[in-house]
Amino acid sequence: TACKFAGLSDISISEDIPVEGDISVPVGSQNPDDDFSTLDEPVKDTILRDLRAVGQKFVHVLYPKKSSALLKDWDLWGPLLLCVTLALMLQGGSADSGEDGRPQFAEVFVIIWFGSVIITLNSKLLGGTISFFQSLCVLGYCILPLTVAMIVCRIILLGALSSVSFVVRLIVVTASFCWSTFASTAFLADSQPANRKALVVYPVFLFYFVISWMILTFSPSP
Amino acid sequence: MSASQGSTNTNTEPWGSFDDNVIQGSGSAVIDMENMDDTSGSSFEDMGEIHQREEEEEEVTAEAAATEEDNGEYGEFLGMKGLKGQLGRQVADEVWQAGKRQASKAFNLYANIDILRPYFDVEPNQVRNRLVESLIPVRMINFPQKVAGELYGPMMLVFTMVAILLHGMKTSGTVIREGTLMGTAIGTCFGYWLGVSSFIYFLAYLCNAQITMLQMLSLLGYGLFSHCMVLFITYNVHFHSLFYILWLVIGGLSTIRMVAVLISRTVGQTPRLILCGTLAALHMLFLLYLHFAYHKMVEGILDTLEGPNIPPIQRVARDVPVVANAVVNATIKSIAAVVQSQ
Repeated sequence: TACKFAGLSDISISEDIPVEGDISVPVGSQNPDDDFSTLDEPVKDTILRDLRAVGQKFVHVLYPKKSSALLKDWDLWGPLLLCVTLALMLQGGSADSGEDGRPQFAEVFVIIWFGSVIITLNSKLLGGTISFFQSLCVLGYCILPLTVAMIVCRIILLGALSSVSFVVRLIVVTASFCWSTFASTAFLADSQPANRKALVVYPVFLFYFVISWMILTFSPSP
Repeated sequence: MSASQGSTNTNTEPWGSFDDNVIQGSGSAVIDMENMDDTSGSSFEDMGEIHQREEEEEEVTAEAAATEEDNGEYGEFLGMKGLKGQLGRQVADEVWQAGKRQASKAFNLYANIDILRPYFDVEPNQVRNRLVESLIPVRMINFPQKVAGELYGPMMLVFTMVAILLHGMKTSGTVIREGTLMGTAIGTCFGYWLGVSSFIYFLAYLCNAQITMLQMLSLLGYGLFSHCMVLFITYNVHFHSLFYILWLVIGGLSTIRMVAVLISRTVGQTPRLILCGTLAALHMLFLLYLHFAYHKMVEGILDTLEGPNIPPIQRVARDVPVVANAVVNATIKSIAAVVQSQ
């Protein structure tokens, strides 16, 4: 049949018409798994590899330098983990209060993701060069200091609920809020034109402020 | 039938389309087995098959996809084996490709955020200038004042107001109900901005004022700057008299500015009155509502929870008559003292 194909192609294509474009064989997805197949490795390997990537990005957030690891290999596992942890910890004690005592799980989730989407859209509309998911990745990972602050606040709240504890919690949350904002702007502001950095930083500041407010006003049910 | 199909062929390939006379029974998608000759590995009726399907696809997609189809045709030609099972997959794949192309075209047309990009083209000093100008009433109302049509400033102001409202709940010292208050705060602020803008735009349309929806959104959004400032101050300094003064002064300045801009773009006394009266009323009343209604709501929730044991005045210094009376009494006393000393 090869020679028949060749014969037909002689008839059908004239010399001066350039033949270009993709030639795809659309007969099912029979991609040979020769080079990069991760389907056959054990699940433990996959999980460990992903966890290692997530952990590496955590380190990049905690010591924000101008590295592009967060941007190049973006993933959304880390933000999901942090978001779920934060939302679970904001649930707190027992659900005995009749009213909506504290933010529901879905509320925290929606605020974090909806806020990240808004900030991403804003930075793209202002002429940013960062892609949608990269920005989501950076904003999600920079919630890490606030999650750590939440853990610390929970530990402090195991003790007495007094004004001293409030002041300590205020200091901790403020410090982690500044850390988060600084870390995320270190990644995000680079993708903006130079004179518009302030326009991008402000919504990030608001976003982390709202999350810090939720953390600071958390009080466990008696 | 072949000849008529040849004449209605809209897609003539550059190398000259296949002569349909060669293909028997090319009008349907079913292979006419009796016309298949021995060389069925790469038979001409399969080419006719492809040809027919290309024609149908041409009616679905735009002309711009013609070059793709040429290449796709070559690709299919190489992969075609002339069997029905693979034909079914071919057809399904072609339909999928066509549908995907259409969907991505529609998506690029409608969900393109570049539509909004010109409204966000601002510099930080421009935003700062407009924020300050929103409190300065314009003098000249004889010719239309320029209204900047941008959406960055208004959106950031709305989000800031949401944050300030939430902050106000915290500093009032009440047990926080983030769940209900967060959604309410966001809904209130965005509802005000979008709803009142639309309503005033509708009135402006009725009153023949020359203002576009974008300009109205921008104008009202920047008017929220006064609200943000007043609420930020009065949530931290709890004095009702201070709130009234700020409400009149700062709220009034921003209202006068918005009203002046609208007046400059409207002709006729009655339309001006209607439009500006409505805007002024809504703007000022909204600030009043934000200050009082939220506290009352929080206090109401508190009452149901903590019971009547704790007298209301101890929780939040929001008791209007007592504070106002105290201020009035102090003022009267001081005036009386001054008068008596003369």
